[in-house]
Amino acid sequence: MNYTFQFNVVWRNFDALLEGAWLTLQLGVFAFTMGALVGLLGAAIKTYGPWPLRWLVNLYVVFITNTPALIQIYFLYFGLPEFGIRWSNEACVLIGLTLNAGAYLTMILRAGFLSVRRTEMEAGETLGMSPVQKIRYIVVPHIAKSIYPALANFFIVILVMGTSVGAVIGVDELTGQAINLSTVNYRWLEYFTVIAVMYVVLTFIASLGLALVGRWAFRVKARIF
Amino acid sequence: MERILSQMPEFFTWANLALLGNAALMTLSMTLLGCLVGFALALALVMLRTAPGRWAVPLRVLCILYVEVFRRIPFLVVIYLVLFFIQTVSSDTSLFTIAVISICIYAIAYTADIIRGGIESVPHTQIEAARAMNMSHLQTMWHTILPQAWPVILPPALAFSVSFIKDTALVSQIGVFELTFRGKELNNQGYSGVLVYGTIALCYFAMSFPLSLLGQYLEGRLATPRSQRRLRKIRRP
Amino acid sequence: MPHLAVNDVYAKYGALEVLHGIAFEVDRGEVVSLVGPSGSGKSTVLRTLVGLTPVSRGSVEVDGTSIDYRSGRALKAARDRMAIVFQQYNLFQNMNVLRNVTLAPTKVKGRNRREVEEEAMELLALVGMSDKAGAYPDELSGGQQQRVAIARALALKPDILLLDEVTSALDPELVNEVLDAIRRLAREGMTMLLVSHEMAFVREVSSKVVFMDKGRVVETGAPARIFDAPESDRARDFFGKVLRG
Repeated sequence: MNYTFQFNVVWRNFDALLEGAWLTLQLGVFAFTMGALVGLLGAAIKTYGPWPLRWLVNLYVVFITNTPALIQIYFLYFGLPEFGIRWSNEACVLIGLTLNAGAYLTMILRAGFLSVRRTEMEAGETLGMSPVQKIRYIVVPHIAKSIYPALANFFIVILVMGTSVGAVIGVDELTGQAINLSTVNYRWLEYFTVIAVMYVVLTFIASLGLALVGRWAFRVKARIF
Repeated sequence: MERILSQMPEFFTWANLALLGNAALMTLSMTLLGCLVGFALALALVMLRTAPGRWAVPLRVLCILYVEVFRRIPFLVVIYLVLFFIQTVSSDTSLFTIAVISICIYAIAYTADIIRGGIESVPHTQIEAARAMNMSHLQTMWHTILPQAWPVILPPALAFSVSFIKDTALVSQIGVFELTFRGKELNNQGYSGVLVYGTIALCYFAMSFPLSLLGQYLEGRLATPRSQRRLRKIRRP
Repeated sequence: MPHLAVNDVYAKYGALEVLHGIAFEVDRGEVVSLVGPSGSGKSTVLRTLVGLTPVSRGSVEVDGTSIDYRSGRALKAARDRMAIVFQQYNLFQNMNVLRNVTLAPTKVKGRNRREVEEEAMELLALVGMSDKAGAYPDELSGGQQQRVAIARALALKPDILLLDEVTSALDPELVNEVLDAIRRLAREGMTMLLVSHEMAFVREVSSKVVFMDKGRVVETGAPARIFDAPESDRARDFFGKVLRG
């Protein structure tokens, strides 16, 4: 192999990569938070809603989880303008990821809803707890404990697999920035090696933070590794 | 809307359907190939990793690092890295091969974790019994441990492969003629985006949904109480 | 020269030392029993002999040859001569009874499968399990599984059979069928080293009893002497509780 790695080009443009990483983190957090709201709604409907709504939510989950996120985003970006709906590429990625994450989070949160046992609710009843107290002291801790690891894991999936899809329609998150910069000076291998390391560092910090929060707030042992 | 309806007859021609059919086959075959080779390599890696003795310690560290690192790098980045790395080494590698290698690298990371979980689900005493009878590490694994671990390994491994059918959409970026790439082509030819990407989405759905049902069925069929307990602990992608 | 000699053996589980200088001898054709309170390291002695727990100091000699457990070849040789039967049977759950018995002779020793199967059927007859040759472990009772495990160990043609609390995991009504199998082996002159809590059985079948406590051998002797007139306080205390309780 007669290839000389030249990383100084990368260091000269490192600020741009950091900006990309920042956007990646923002996209990940936003998509995850909004997806969690969608998922909460979906899980609530699946557990307590009337059957037509349950059926709709099932359809949504099955369809989204069996098609690629990339196609969903293409649909928003290239398809919707035909109906006169024009969103910026960032908006498309954010909305697409939210819808995508919403479906997966519906499944995760639904499992959490199911994990609350009726006997525990009854125990709360006999102790004279109000509904708010029951939610505060029984439902939330229970759900948090049973699904926190899955949620933390899914956040990393969104942060890594999710946001990078944005690069494909020209969003300048970390992968997008690397593509932009490499097309200028053809140092593809260097840029992609560096951003691979940046992704590992970024997600590792995120995992560490999530594990600490989980341990402190919900007394769950989330895996860092 | 009228545009979509008016385009329908010219979009759903035999030529276009055949094109999409071929592209779907391409998507399926590269996923299958990548995941199968990845699974075999992951199996070999875990065999080495679980080997007794001090010389296996660096392998153990390497294995953990591999799994942890590749879970944290986007598939798109892996594709580009493989593409440009291989192009600097040899210039006549097909894009299909590059796609398969990328899938393989990813599949190793995920399936190695699944296989390790499966092997750890078999009681350690089974290994001790085999050791005490002078069976080698490979014999122990092959004759006694793996046969008991398959019910724990296969359902999540299949689930991973099926879910990866969708993720392969990203290799359209380097120009492999799979479904998403053909979709972009058709869209560029002037067909409606809603029509094209709706159809492509349905194609993915038609591959992914039945296979995921099959996976759930297998999970139910293979499950023993022990394997079900174990399955709950394995992280899903 | 003793058949098996254990000289001042120390062993550790991680940082915890569980054997502090164990020594005893087993002659050919003899049945020796290790007894003592739980946690005294009896099972660990058997595990160290087949190299499942590493020996940290001391030596083990078979027919006068010392075994170096750090060398793979010596370990193999040791396992060739000593076979172990576990408390929890540890039959391979994915194979039927016959395959459990024939696996190691065919795969490890590379012997002809048909020949091994014939021998295996004889061994299964010896432990009274020949009618269950095609059954899988999870279809058998604990006593039946344990008898298969004994046949499996015998199929390796060991010089010494190690039996690790083989009746402890069994329901009381199943204990005797396993003890009967061991009695039969003793009559046939099999050299055995066993760990057991069945004191009446130990007294009946053994030629020597080794009393252990806290990882040390406290006293050794003929069963009648050890049970009826123990010299040490600890042995007296233990047998007082066990035999009367």
